[in-house]
This record gives sequence, C-alpha cells and structure tokens, in this order.
Amino acid sequence: MTAAAQFLPAARRSKRMNPARWGLYAFIFITALYFLLPLYVMVVTSLKPMAEIRQGNLLALPMSPSVDAWVKAWTSACTGLTCQGIRIGFFNSVRILVPSVAISILVGSLTGYALSLWRVRGANILFGAMMVVAFIPYQLFIYPLVRVFSFAGLGQSLLTIVIIHTIFGLPTMTLLFRNYFASLPVELFKAARVDGAGFYQIYARIMMPMATPMVVVAVILQTTGIWNDFILGLVFAGRDNLPMTVQLNNIVNSTQGERAYNVDMAATLLTALLPLAVYFGSGRWFVRGIAAGAVKG
Amino acid sequence: MQKSDVDIRSLQIGFGGLKVLENLNLHIAKSEFLVLLGPSGCGKSTLLNAIAGLIDVKGGEIHIGGRDVTGAEPKDRGIAMVFQSYALYPRMSVRRNMSFGLTVAGTPRDEIERRVGEAAQMLRLTGLLDRRPSELSGGQRQRVAIGRALVRHAGVYLFDEPLSNLDAQLRAELRVEIKRLHARLGATMIYVTHDQIEALTLADRIAVMQGGVIQQLDTPKKIYREPVNRFVASFVGSPAMNFIPGRITRDSGVEFIAGKSRLSLNGYAFCGQPADAPAVLGIRPEHIELTASDDPSSVSARVEMVEPMGADTLIWCRLADGTAFSFRHDADAHVRVGDTLTVRFPADALSLFDETSGQRL
Ligand SMILES: Nc1ncnc2c1ncn2[C@@H]1O[C@H](COP(=O)(O)OP(=O)(O)OP(=O)(O)O)[C@@H](O)[C@H]1O
Ligand SMILES: [Mg+2]
Repeated sequence: MTAAAQFLPAARRSKRMNPARWGLYAFIFITALYFLLPLYVMVVTSLKPMAEIRQGNLLALPMSPSVDAWVKAWTSACTGLTCQGIRIGFFNSVRILVPSVAISILVGSLTGYALSLWRVRGANILFGAMMVVAFIPYQLFIYPLVRVFSFAGLGQSLLTIVIIHTIFGLPTMTLLFRNYFASLPVELFKAARVDGAGFYQIYARIMMPMATPMVVVAVILQTTGIWNDFILGLVFAGRDNLPMTVQLNNIVNSTQGERAYNVDMAATLLTALLPLAVYFGSGRWFVRGIAAGAVKG
Repeated sequence: MQKSDVDIRSLQIGFGGLKVLENLNLHIAKSEFLVLLGPSGCGKSTLLNAIAGLIDVKGGEIHIGGRDVTGAEPKDRGIAMVFQSYALYPRMSVRRNMSFGLTVAGTPRDEIERRVGEAAQMLRLTGLLDRRPSELSGGQRQRVAIGRALVRHAGVYLFDEPLSNLDAQLRAELRVEIKRLHARLGATMIYVTHDQIEALTLADRIAVMQGGVIQQLDTPKKIYREPVNRFVASFVGSPAMNFIPGRITRDSGVEFIAGKSRLSLNGYAFCGQPADAPAVLGIRPEHIELTASDDPSSVSARVEMVEPMGADTLIWCRLADGTAFSFRHDADAHVRVGDTLTVRFPADALSLFDETSGQRL
C-alpha cells in the first residue's frame, strides 16, 4: 500500500477510505493473490520432501523444509540421457544470452542511430511498418532459416543461435533506439560535426552515453526474451548447447516412475530466477527508460 | 588565430522542391560583425548552416579565408558555431564539453587545458567547469556553448539566435558580452537573429532578409535611417515606422499631399527624379516634432492614446483625414487624450516609398 501511495501526487490527498478506494485495494489484492498463489505453491512444494507432497496438502507450509530437491535439480536431475542437473542448461543459456544480448543491442543501436539521421517524409510510416513486421510470428521464418543456415554451412551451433537472436531482436532494438535518437535535437548532432566528430565517434561518445536508459530497457527486453526462448534454441542451438528452457522441459517430461514434483518445481524456479531477478532489480529503471524515451532528451 | 573573410557566390539551397535561397551573394570582411536579420522562415539558419557545411548546397560557392570550402567538412572550414538550443553534450562536464572538439582533433593535452582555461575565464565559467549542463542556468549554458566555440580558435564564428531562449535581462547581459568578445578577438562573426535590438547594437553591417533574399545590406545606421524598401522600413525599428499614404506633387516645389495636409519635401534626398505619383511616406515616431501652430509645414492631429514607456511617452494621433500615426515625446509631456497637437515631419528624416513596388524614392 505504501508503494501505491508513491505514485500519488505530492499534494495532500484525503486519507479517508471511500468505497472507490476500497474497491481499488480489493482489486489489487485479488490480482496479486491470483499471480502469487502459483508461485507460493511452487516454492513450498519445492521445499517439501516427496512424502509430504503425497499427502496432497497443496497449500500447507512444509513441515520439515529441505533444499534437497533444489540441489538435485541443479546437480543430478536427468535431462534425457545425462543426469547432471539443469546447471548444464543454465550455463548453455548464459553462453547464448550474453553474446546475443550484447550483439543485438550493439547492432540495433547502431542501425537505429543511422536511421534516426535519415529524416525524410514518410519515414515514420516506414518505421511503423517495421514495427508490424516485428510482430509477425517467427515460427513462419523457422523453416526458411534452417535451410538458409544449412546452406551457409552453419547448421546448428552456438554461433547460429546468437545470429538468430540478433536477427529477431533487430526490428525492436532498431526502433527503440531510432525513436530515442530521433527525439534528440538535431543541433546536438550538428554541434558534434562542427567539433569534428565522425559518424562512429558521435555514436560512441555522444549518442550512446545519452541512451543509457534505452540500453537498460533493451537489456531487459532482450534478456527476458532470449532466456525464455524455447523453440529457437531447440531448433538452432544444437545438442550441446540446448538452453535451460529445453532442459527444463526434458526434466519435467522424462521422469520415470513417480513424478518428483519437488525437483520439477525447483528446476522451474531455477529457470525463472534470472528473468525474475531482472524484473525485480530493474523495474524502476525500466519505467524511467520508457519515460525518458517519451520526453525530449 | 587567423581571421578569415567569407565570400558567398550565387548560393542556391533548396529542400526537395522548396527553394529557400536563390542566387545569394554576400561578402563578409575580415573581423566584421555581420548580423542576418529577418522574420521567421526567411532562410537565416539555412544560410548559416550552409556556411558551416551542415547542409548540402545546390549551387554556388562558399569561400572562407580565400579557400573554396563548398564541399569541405564542417571541421575543415575554420569555423565555430553556437546554436540556439545550446546543443551541449548532456553527459559531459562543462570542461569536456568545451574540450571535446580539441580532443577529437588530437590537440596536445596542455594546449587543450590552456585554451579551456582561457575561454572559461573570459566567460566567467571557471568555477563551473566540473558541472554537468543540467546543473547550469540558461545563461550559463549559453556561455558554455559560446566557450565551446571559442576554444576552437576559429577564423569565423557563427551564431544562430544564441540568445533567443533567454529572458530579457540575461539577453542584454550576454549581448554586451558578445560585443566585448568581438572587440577582444577581432574575429569574423556572423550572427543570426530576429531581434532588431541585437542587430542594431552588435552589427558592423546588417543583412535584412526576406523570403531568402537579402533586401538590404548596410550599416545599422543606414538601415535605420534610409531603408531601401517598405519591408526593411517596417521590420526594423520599434515602435514601428509610421506609414502615411498620399501622393507627391511638383505644383509649387516638391510636396507630399495626404488628404488636406501638404508637406514640403524640400530637403529630402530623392534617389532619382521626383515624379507626380502616388507614394507612401514613412516616418519614425521619434522624428516627429511638436511645433507652433503657425508653422506653414505643420499638420494638426488629435491625440487618441498615450502610452508611457518609462524614458519617454508614445503618443498615438489621428490626422483630419483619418490616418493614424504614433510619435515619441518626453515622458513629462502634459498630453491628454482628446487634445489637438500641431506636429511637423522634418523632410530630412522622412522615407518615401513607391506605392506599388515599395521601393525607396
Ligand atoms: N530540413 C528542412 N526540410 C525542409 N524544409 C526546411 C528544412 N529546414 C528549413 N526548411 C524551410 O526553409 C525555410 C527557411 O528555414 P530557416 O530555418 O532557414 O529559417 P530561419 O530564417 O532560420 O527562421 P527562424 O527565425 O524561425 O529560425 C523555411 O521555410 C523552412 O520551412
Ligand atoms: Mg533559424
């Protein structure tokens, strides 16, 4: 409730609870419950031993909480033929994530910067069209892309999946940065030209330092998008580089005998940890970045 | 620092189908302070950007310091520029803002430090060098922008309405500062404004522009006293020049007839031979004089409004035939609305314009 109060203007508001306010809080409470309940169930289940889970008391707190399931999920759960836990997938995902995020932001900001200088009539319509393209379901492109990559001799590899993520991130990244750079006064660019800076110097020394909020937004968008990806990783990464999401699926679906709910839950939570951390850690930056894009620099 | 002259030869600039400048010629001498004055959209910034090399030229040539720079990069033209919106680099300190251009050019570190220190001292920025632009007031920001131009030790300084975002008092302060800088550096300066006070106070010469064409290029005094056409006459001067329609006759000496009033034009320097024709008489409010009622060249007018302006008073009158005009008088004048005054239009302070073409006669 204090968090909600922060968004109210500084001017004094009536602190009395009127019916509308009750309704609002009830709505917020129910919504929060709706989203938090599954998370709660997952956390408590992951901390229970199987004996306790079998009693079927879904909402009960664990009587003897233990992190055994977490350890097992991390180090020894079976993901198909090997049984080394989900950590393999975690490190695969990190190896895919870091270069993909870095390269897609680098390329996207550079193309966005170049396009922001291109101020012709109809440019906005063109970029609107680009945004639409960004929303075409990418399943449509998978088969052609598989052909293109095998033709180019790249096949399935870490490099392939990084290129794929860069390509699919490009429209969004380009537009994000183009719109930000286009909102800056042209005179800034002119001043830098008079100072003798070239295209890349202006990009690196003036434009990018100003675009920090945009970079944060881009990192959040790309990190969560790439981390959560399943199908592209499955198709393009190759056997040795399968991302965490794919490994998680293998753990959950390849159990023999009794289903180890606690391990499944722990593995799922481990997989969700990074996007969760990103959201919690950067929510404020995210809002600030969006706002910085909306007003003139 | 090397001072350069600027020579613009039949310059043409357009955006798509829109022709902004057409066949513009202008020569700016070494160490001259030239002001480009004109209404919004007349092409002042376009001309300045062309000199700086920031927009493409469709035709013509630009020479700076005797060198043809028409196709040269801005940094290779020996120019520095101050922008209307300051255009400071927001993530750099004042010091880095001023030194950025020199760093890019690979100037030695101690030389950079010396120049930045010198400019900062000239502009009273020494205590602010480590601040970010967002931590400065508008006037300080504009001084940083000027400092960034100064450290370049350029031959030509270009200013695009540098003071228009400031309040009246700061504007007056910085105006004096710029004038002092010009006297001290002796550099060539081209200064765009649509503020005529700035133009009149700063300029060695003023180029009054309209619709991409230089209407008149002359000293402030000439522009003020002898405007070449009605546009220049009405654009320069505040309160504005009065215009009285009538005609010129040569029945008994050259006279101007407006309604029933006759004014002797004896003493007016005609550009050519005066002819009997309709014309417009222009006179500045401060050139109209009160006079005794038996003066033969006087006219009488009724006072309609009195505007005290501090140092003096602006009095709005109407002639018998209905033409309104204003004139300036001492602040202590005892003039009331409804009074009838007798005024004189001295022939040597008049401007006469052709009724149709608007050209000075
Ligand atoms: N990039 C551009 N694209 C198209 N037209 C332009 C462009 N820049 C300027 N113009 C047009 O050129 C003309 C001259 O513009 P310019 O900016 O030189 O005017 P200005 O005299 O500086 O006016 P102001 O006092 O308002 O700054 C205007 O009609 C303007 O609309
Ligand atoms: Mg302008």
